[in-house]
Amino acid sequence: MSAGVELDHVTVRFGQFTAVEDATLDIKGGEFFSFLGPSGCGKTTILRTVSGFLDPSQGRVRIGGQDMTGIGPNKRPTALIFQNLALFPLMTVADNITYGLRVRGMPKAERMKRAGELLDLIALPDQGNKLVSELSGGQKQRVAIARALAVQPKVLLLDEPLSALDLKLRQHMRTELRAIQQQVGITFIYITHDQGEALTMSDRIAVMSDGVIQQVSDGKNVYDHPDTPFVASFVGENNPFAGKVTQADSSFAVVETAHGALRGRNPKGLKAGDKAILFVRPESFVLGEGAPDATIHAETISSAFEGNATHVFLKGATKKEITVTVGRHGGAKIPSQGERAAIHYAPEMGIVLPEGKMARE
Amino acid sequence: MSSRFVVFLIPIVVIAIFWVMAKSEKKLAHDPTHKSFFERNGTVLGVSFILLVAFWTLFLVVLPYLYMVVESFHPKLPFNQRGGEKDVLTLEQYKSFFVTPTDGSWNVNHMGAFVFTIITSVAVTALNFAICYPLAYYMAQAGTAQKVRLIMLALIVPYWVNEILRAFSLRLLLASKGLINQALMGMGLTEKPLDFMAMDVGLYVGLSYAYLLVMIFPLYNAIESLDKNQIEAARDLGAPWWKIHRDVVIPYAKPGIASGCTMVFMLAAGSLAAPQFLGGPSTLWFTSIVYDFFFQAFNWPRGAAYAFILLAACIAFVMLMLRLFKVSLGETIK
Ligand SMILES: Nc1ncnc2c1ncn2[C@@H]1O[C@H](COP(=O)(O)OP(=O)(O)OP(=O)(O)O)[C@@H](O)[C@H]1O
Ligand SMILES: [Mg+2]
Repeated sequence: MSAGVELDHVTVRFGQFTAVEDATLDIKGGEFFSFLGPSGCGKTTILRTVSGFLDPSQGRVRIGGQDMTGIGPNKRPTALIFQNLALFPLMTVADNITYGLRVRGMPKAERMKRAGELLDLIALPDQGNKLVSELSGGQKQRVAIARALAVQPKVLLLDEPLSALDLKLRQHMRTELRAIQQQVGITFIYITHDQGEALTMSDRIAVMSDGVIQQVSDGKNVYDHPDTPFVASFVGENNPFAGKVTQADSSFAVVETAHGALRGRNPKGLKAGDKAILFVRPESFVLGEGAPDATIHAETISSAFEGNATHVFLKGATKKEITVTVGRHGGAKIPSQGERAAIHYAPEMGIVLPEGKMARE
Repeated sequence: MSSRFVVFLIPIVVIAIFWVMAKSEKKLAHDPTHKSFFERNGTVLGVSFILLVAFWTLFLVVLPYLYMVVESFHPKLPFNQRGGEKDVLTLEQYKSFFVTPTDGSWNVNHMGAFVFTIITSVAVTALNFAICYPLAYYMAQAGTAQKVRLIMLALIVPYWVNEILRAFSLRLLLASKGLINQALMGMGLTEKPLDFMAMDVGLYVGLSYAYLLVMIFPLYNAIESLDKNQIEAARDLGAPWWKIHRDVVIPYAKPGIASGCTMVFMLAAGSLAAPQFLGGPSTLWFTSIVYDFFFQAFNWPRGAAYAFILLAACIAFVMLMLRLFKVSLGETIK
């Protein structure tokens, strides 16, 4: 059984400081929904508001259509997996997993049966009698998931649960988490500052910055059609070119930048005279001369061969270097250091967005 | 030489043990580059260290007790007969706790005082725990830093007042014409003044208050290091507040609880001033008996024997409790 989660103009303040500002969201039942944003942007705060540890200063949270105002964390149909897992160190694995059932008064025999089933689900059969301290990082991770799932929540909240694991294990756990979610079919709300995690696992992503939700969409959309300069620069690599719009129609706009007039899509309907930033992804660039309003000349600083692709770093007219990713199949000759090179892109691969805050490098 | 002075040979033995330990340190280290104690400190300094440490442990810690142990196995004799032929080793002092020496009847008076002391100390410990646990939990997990500082101050400052003053002012409060009785009668709650002193209210309050800090700090230390997320995790899994304490906080703080309870129990059972000033007229605290043997009857052997009976009983009791609650002694002093 799953339930949707609605945030209805939720604002959370700590004294004068606003940690989450006017968040409105509709997370559907059974969805794998991620909050993606840099450290300190208010992700944990949102999660704690949904789980009931924090009360919104304004607005309400609804779970399964029910207003949660005044309902404590122990009474909500949610289960939270903490950033540091917070397993009980003095209890065995089985006791950890079934703690939620124990406080609900389930008899011991039944509890142990449930523990067995859950241990099977997380692929740790017959490890129930171990102490938590005897488990590896990935195993602890899974125990935390089982402990949360044991109480049959309608919504599972995960606060960067993979951040403590090493890269290999993290990638493995991504697949596993996704599989578990599909198996149990409940709503997962997942928090991360790792875009790879968000993009690979989620049905939809909310990108946050400084307490404000910037965009809510699926991974592909967030990547290809960012709504704000922040999203464009935070999700994936991107090359920004700031300037002023000189010409615009409903589909394209030309921005006068330090690198000359450059053209890109105009999804926000900018008009001539507006300040704007044109974004072109490294993999959208192609080496060589193209259309004059989609070509940049710059000096090669260095290149990095990465097997399946080569990254070329160029110094253009501004301080910020331009990154170009050249795929293998092109067979193009990589310019050598110091060489002046021309790069171009297809205008529909450039996107013109109104000027705004970008993600810090 | 009388047997009671044999104990003074022990310093030499202990110094010798220290010496051997310092010498064999290098061998025990299993590390060829390890410098021995004397190489590190030089011979002169090394020898003085050993002598000082030995002196400190012996003269200030071990010997006084040992001397008392020896004393307790001797009869009470006038000074000029000490070391004489009547000065033999005997169990009569310990026996006198159970059987009155003069008429051979059971020593109900002293045994009763003993039992009363132990039971009251247990009760005081429990009362103290009940008061301190919520306070320590609040300070360690719930309160804001500023409030916690205020509470700390409020807890510590009253201890600048000396014990006697504190005890007597408590007496004034609880006396039959004291403030509390006057207030109660003034409000018409009671007609006659209540005899709080005879009900040992003063004793309980005084003893609990005297050892409040001894209880609160181990509890505070233990609870403070508990990860807040554990409490929240339990709550998130549906536990009501009392189950969170039962299943998460108390098991985690058990060493601190054991440490606080042990100390309060030991100190309460061995306290002298509070029971004497605050006990009711018919209340007999065991340490008062010991005190009287030493300073009224000048019967040091019997006083020493009684003191050791109390000590042994307290240690046994504490060990039993630690065993019962599955705490190791090492944990309590962490
Ligand atoms: N209890 C609190 N009191 C005051 N400020 C707080 C409190 N909790 C969080 N904040 C502030 O709110 C902001 C958002 O915090 P939050 O923990 O939600 O960030 P986050 O996005 O989860 O970051 P991270 O990725 O580092 O975990 C931060 O600037 C933080 O300092
Ligand atoms: Mg966080």
